[in-house]
Amino acid sequence: MRRPSPAVLGIAPFVVYVLIFLGLPLYEVITGAFTGSAGGTTFANVSTTFNQPQFLQSFKESILLSLWTAGLGAGFGTWLAYAIVTSRATSPLRRIASTSSGVLAYFAGVPLVFCMEAAYGSPGAGIVTDLLGHLGVHLYAHGFNIVSIFGLGICYVYFQVPLMVILITPALEGLLPQWREAAAGLGATSWRYWRHIGGPVLTPAVLGSFLLLFGNAFAAYATALALLNGNENLVPSQIDFALSGNVLVNQTGVGLALGLEMVVVVGVVMVCYALLSRRANRWNA
Amino acid sequence: MPRQGIRWWRGIVLVVAALFFLAPVVSAIAFALEGNHGGVSFANFGAFVTNSGVRSALLTSLEIGGLTMAIVLILMVPTVVFVRLKAPRLSLLLDSVTILPIVIPPIVLAAGLASLQSGAGTFLQKSLFASPLSALTPFYVILAMPFVYRSLDTGVRAIDLRTLVDAARGLGAGWTRVMLSVVLPNIRTAVLGGAFLTLALVLGEVVISKILLYTTFPVEIISVGQQGTAGVPIALSVESLLFTWLVLLLISFLGGKRRGRTGGVRRRLRLSTTTTPGV
Repeated sequence: MRRPSPAVLGIAPFVVYVLIFLGLPLYEVITGAFTGSAGGTTFANVSTTFNQPQFLQSFKESILLSLWTAGLGAGFGTWLAYAIVTSRATSPLRRIASTSSGVLAYFAGVPLVFCMEAAYGSPGAGIVTDLLGHLGVHLYAHGFNIVSIFGLGICYVYFQVPLMVILITPALEGLLPQWREAAAGLGATSWRYWRHIGGPVLTPAVLGSFLLLFGNAFAAYATALALLNGNENLVPSQIDFALSGNVLVNQTGVGLALGLEMVVVVGVVMVCYALLSRRANRWNA
Repeated sequence: MPRQGIRWWRGIVLVVAALFFLAPVVSAIAFALEGNHGGVSFANFGAFVTNSGVRSALLTSLEIGGLTMAIVLILMVPTVVFVRLKAPRLSLLLDSVTILPIVIPPIVLAAGLASLQSGAGTFLQKSLFASPLSALTPFYVILAMPFVYRSLDTGVRAIDLRTLVDAARGLGAGWTRVMLSVVLPNIRTAVLGGAFLTLALVLGEVVISKILLYTTFPVEIISVGQQGTAGVPIALSVESLLFTWLVLLLISFLGGKRRGRTGGVRRRLRLSTTTTPGV
């Protein structure tokens, strides 16, 4: 008789806890996604999410929103991080910037939405809106509204940029000044340095971080809930509708199928991220 | 003169960033300070005491936060210490299991729970969903796990755990004594960091509580906002924001003090690379 290995016993409480409190809701999602409203196993829920235009549209809008907020976040975040990394190591700017990006990346959901509304709300209710109005720029006259899918995107960019700064800074610090000096010594221009050395070394890290930002935006719902109260056509709001029976009754299975599909999308994104970050680490000796 | 060229674009990017990030916070503070009849008033900032709905929602969230902190630490501290000491190979398992709450969006966890809640037939199910404290705490522990695990893992990696434990054991200390008097004091920064992050996460989580129809602090802020008084929810948002920032600054300060400047930055970065809680 072998005693159970102590290694198994030591992490047993953790494993049991996760199996119950993460496993149970997940089991519910998976079985519910394949159970018809009258019981019995079915693929009807999953096929509904692919056949009905409103669900396809919600995937399209979620992916579009995640793409442009991740793209803008990654682009501006890399630029900002480069500005921080290339500043003097002793400058207070550097310390302020690194501390505040760690803090701002956590600024999301309800507080972010109310702060954005205080700044960019409709004329008379938004301080920045009114300030720009005094300067002759009338945002709302040009069709801008913070309570919209575009406004939601602006909110997302607010936490995507600092997250990108956090993610990309180690890679930027890994660009050794010696490489640049060596390139310059061999007669390379700044453009050729970025084209042949800086760019290729950074690409996996930038792409990987972009994927993480994409997954971050795709999975998010708190900010949308607070800003638009679920009145937008993103995948999480479709799940919310389906569960609360706002539109049609007996849609729980469809909502769970949408949830399962979300997990698949985020899972694929995270696997690609893991592969890319392995490649990105190649230059970090 | 390439250096001059570098300077002006750096100036532009930093000014744009400062404006973009400061505008909402400054606007919110200014907005919330505006009194009903003009002038400056702090009345909005006292709403978490004076407004009974907000007060009770905040108390609910704080209760859940305290209990979540206790459970997640009791669960994770021994697990992390054990894995580090006796089964380092299992850290890969821990790494991958604790990434799950991040791969599974909150709305999906909420969907699974809503389905469990609506089918609540058995005694166990009924008592689980009977109060926000019992219904939300176990699942907030799951949400907090990745952050607490990473914080604790960084903490135990930074000390010579094996030597400390062997020395204490050699002097005759039992395991409880080792954990309480030797391990915990040495990783207190990591423990505190994990605990505060958990509290901030619980105070911000809105998706699961709103879908399961429990009135927690952020859910109440949204509903106050829908009643048309903008000053109060904006003041509450500023306060919860300042609280979160204070917590994070405290963590980075504690981390910085122990390991010097670069260590602090590294650690802060590590804490944050697991995406945003409560998004």
